[in-house]
This record gives sequence, C-alpha cells and structure tokens, in this order.
Amino acid sequence: MEKKKVVLGVIGSDCHAVGNKILDYSLTDAGFEVINIGVLSPQEDFINAAIETNADAILVSSLYGHGEIDCRGMREKCEEAGLKDILLYVGGNIVVGKQDWNEVKQRFLDMGFDRVYPPGTPVEEGIRDLKEDLNITE
Amino acid sequence: MDAYLFIDFGSTFTKLTLVDIEKEEVIATEKSYTTVETDVTIGYENALKKLNQKVSGDYNIVKKLACSSAAGGLKIIAIGLVPELTAEAAKRAALGAGAKVIKTYSFKLNSSELEEIKNSNADIILLAGGTDGGNCDTIIHNAKMIEKFSISIPVVVAGNKSSNDEIKEIFGEKVEYYITENVMPNLNHINVDPARETIRNIFMKKIVHAKGMENVEKSISGILMPTPAAVLKAAEALSMGSRDEEGIGDLAVIDIGGATTDVHSIAEGAPSKPGVVLRGLEEPFAKRTVEGDLGMRYSAMSVFEAAGIKKMKKYLKYDDLDIEAEFKNRYTNTSYVADDEKEIDFDEAMAKVCADISMKRHAGVVEAIYSPMGMMYAQEGKDLMELPYILGTGGVIVNSKNPKEILQAAVFTMEDPTSLKPRRPKFLLDKNYILSAMGLLTTIDPNMAVRMLKKYIVEI
Repeated sequence: MEKKKVVLGVIGSDCHAVGNKILDYSLTDAGFEVINIGVLSPQEDFINAAIETNADAILVSSLYGHGEIDCRGMREKCEEAGLKDILLYVGGNIVVGKQDWNEVKQRFLDMGFDRVYPPGTPVEEGIRDLKEDLNITE
Repeated sequence: MDAYLFIDFGSTFTKLTLVDIEKEEVIATEKSYTTVETDVTIGYENALKKLNQKVSGDYNIVKKLACSSAAGGLKIIAIGLVPELTAEAAKRAALGAGAKVIKTYSFKLNSSELEEIKNSNADIILLAGGTDGGNCDTIIHNAKMIEKFSISIPVVVAGNKSSNDEIKEIFGEKVEYYITENVMPNLNHINVDPARETIRNIFMKKIVHAKGMENVEKSISGILMPTPAAVLKAAEALSMGSRDEEGIGDLAVIDIGGATTDVHSIAEGAPSKPGVVLRGLEEPFAKRTVEGDLGMRYSAMSVFEAAGIKKMKKYLKYDDLDIEAEFKNRYTNTSYVADDEKEIDFDEAMAKVCADISMKRHAGVVEAIYSPMGMMYAQEGKDLMELPYILGTGGVIVNSKNPKEILQAAVFTMEDPTSLKPRRPKFLLDKNYILSAMGLLTTIDPNMAVRMLKKYIVEI
C-alpha cells in the first residue's frame, strides 16, 4: 500500500527543533512519509506543503506558549485552499501558563483541530490515533 | 593553425571570438550589427570579413559554435501549482536555461488564462505541479486545458511523475510535448537541471529555425544554447573547474545589457553566521536572475522608475544634468553612444544603479524575529555576505575606465541592513568579453575552457 503522507512542523516564531526531529524519526519509522517543514513555519507553509504533496494530515507542534494565537484560523485557511477533509493535529505547550487541560482541548477542537495533545504525550499515542483516523490496519 | 570560432548572435551585435586551439589564446574578437530583420547571415559575414582583416596568417576553423539571444531570445511561460513552490521552481528552471520568463501561472488554469497563453509569443511552456507522488489533479487539469485550446507551443512536462502517463494520453499527437524529471521532486527541494537540458535541446532543434536563423545554420556547426545559458556555463566552469582543472570557487556574475541585467551566482549561499534558520524554497547552486526593468537603453525609463532621482544623485558626479531627460534620451535612442565625460558619467551611474538593485534582488534577506527565546534570524534566499568574487561583464562594464567602481555598487551597505549582498568581494573583469564564447567552449573541451577563463578573466 502507498504510504500515507503527513506534513510536520513547528508553527509561528517557535524554534524548538528537538521534538520536531524525534517526531520525524518516529513517524517515518512507523511507516509514514513525513514532509518536515521544520521550525519557524507560518500556517501558509503547512498548507502549501500539503497542497503540493497531497498530504493526508498536518501535524502542528508548538512549545513556546503562543500556539493558540498561531493556530487561529488554520482550519478556515485549509478549507479555502481546497484541503477539505485534511486531518489537523496539534500538540505541545500550546497555551500560556497552567490552564485546565479539558478547556484548552475544547478550545482547539472548536478551532477545527481533530486531535489535541498535552505536553508529555508519548509519540506512540499520536501514531496510534493517526493510524486509526487514516484507517490504516497492519 | 587550428582554431575554434564562437559566435554570439546578440540582440544588437553579432560577436565573434576566434580561439587558437594549440596556444589556448584568443586570436581576435570582432562585432557587427545583428541583422535579424533580413537574414542574420549578413551580419555574421560582415563581422567575419572584419575579423579576417584583423588576423594575419592562415587559420583553419575546426568548429564554429554559436549561442543566440537575437529576436527577443528564448521566451518561456512557467506553470506550477502553488506560487511559492512548484511555480517558483519552474520559473527558476526556465531562468537557468537562459530563457526570459514572460509569465508564471499557478493553480488550475481558466479559459481566459489559456487565451492569454495562446496569444502570447512564448517559445516553450514549462508545465510543472505537484511533488512526486503528490498532487495530480492540477497538472492534469492544466494539461487538458492546453490540449483543449490546441496550443501549438511545445510543452516541457516537469511535474509529478505519477501524472506523466495520463498527460501522455491527453496530449497524444495533438500537442508537441517533452517529458522530463520533476522540477520539485519533494517539498522544498528543487531539481532544475533536467528541465534546463530539455529546454536547451528544444531550443537547439526547433526554436532557432523559427527565428530566421536557418540560413546561417548551414555555415556553422550549430546554435547550441541561448546566450545567458552560455554565460552561466562559463561562470560554472570558472567557479567549479572541470575534471582536470581547479576552479576559483564561489562567485557571482553581473551582466548589464541594453534591455536587462542578469545576475548569476555560483554558490551554495548557506548562512554565514550561526543561529540563522533557513526558510523558503531551496536555491539552485547555479542561480540566475534576470531584471527585465534594469538595462542601459531599452529599459532606461524603468531604471529611472526603480531608482528615482535620489539614488541616481548618489552615484552621479555632476549634478547639473536634467536626469529625467537623460533617461528619456537613452530610451528613445537605443543606439546612443555616450561620448563626453558627463554623458559617460551618467551611463556609469545608471550601471551602478543596475548593479546595486539587481544584486539586492538576487541576494537573500535576513529577518529578525522576536521570540520568547530572544531574537532569532530567519534567512530567505542565498547568503552571499562572504562571497569572494564578483565578475563584471556587459558593454558598459567592459568598456568602462572604472569597472571596479560600477561593481562596487553591488556590495553590501548599511542602507539595506537586511540584504545578504557580498560584503568584501574581490572584483573580476571579463576584459575581452569572452564569457559566452567560453561557455560554448565548455561543450567541446571543459578543461581548456577553465584554463582560458583563468587566463583571460582578470582581477581589478
């Protein structure tokens, strides 16, 4: 079967590169084709990459607390760009300070993200969800 | 003695360079007006006659090779998917092939865009879109549209490999097409060389016939490439060397012509300082940019627009000239030759503006980003800060008494603090105006081309 494609990157003015490399490695190892656009990536770069490569999912990382501002309007832009049913995941330290996780999660779900992950989530969990959402059976 | 003859059919002049094969020396150069309206053979023979008068003794021409930018050069329309990605990659491939990109299109094309393409005077369409295994819909839609509008321009297909079979079926016998490798096989990685070669082959086989060149083709061995492609080849040879000869390393070429200013850089352009993050599309190692609005005659008015009076005054020695009138004069009278000191100064000030702006557009920029971790830098394009050489060519530079001053205008200044222009380059001069001839020589004997370039390109 053809490999499923995911666009991976760190959004906004965030330059945390280590987690990005770990995700790249783990996802590739799990059988995905990873298009890693790296750190300091604006929304447009994720979307353009997904258009050209015909990707199945966009995985957004944010570690510096500004994720909420950076991610706003992303689903709408995807719709505008013709990426109708693309999966949108987000994870990391996506908000400022200690806030109630359930509320945070709900805010991101309302923004149109399909999956939202708190800090400290094991990579395996995301991969398991991704396989489920993309109907990959091994 | 045995010799090679290189011919450059330029838009204004047909230039000849005669090279002694054994001594590896330029025997003579000569030029005459290009006669593209009637038959280019006339201008070629005029130049040849003058050349023969110059040369004493007999010579036996082993090979005659030519490049051409006459009749408007090679004009290409580039089509891609996302403007910043495959459309930009297609544009860069076309520029690297020595073409003039008349327009770039992106996404699915509509009927009015197809009408525009149909009515354009393009010589080749470069059709890209999608990474390998990526998006197929758009390039297939665009191929269908090209077939539907019965476009008679040859199409170079350099997109998603997975769509090639379907495109073959769509085009069939109706559209002349050539399939080559994807200009962007995976995201942000470009692969411009195969498309460049395919374009050059089409140019050689087809385009030159359509440009009133068929007569002259009989008397020479072949018109191999567009002139800018030959200049780029020479620059690559001088920089990287050949199998047996050492090159001189990274360099940039500034070629100021009557209608355009070309900048070629042979350099990776990686960040020269730590803590800089690269953004945007990967840059070709040998990169060419063309500024259609910067030129000494045909584009004089647009130089005036781009520069403004302030920038001109910065470079002018005399301030009592009517600047706008001087620009107008050069624009309306394109064969104008500056003869007195003031006029020459004005021409050179224009050349400095061209060098300044063209290098600014060619080089990358660095942007400071304020993040919670402190200030970060993001670089887009090539970092040429530490570039060791700038090589000048083109009439105004070659014939100038102060070529170094003109090239100096391309250097980094604090006026553009974010620009990654070269900071302390050494300056080289194409004194004998042989760059395009040497580009042609690389196709016969690359080692000899490198040796001759190192001999004839002088430091100033």
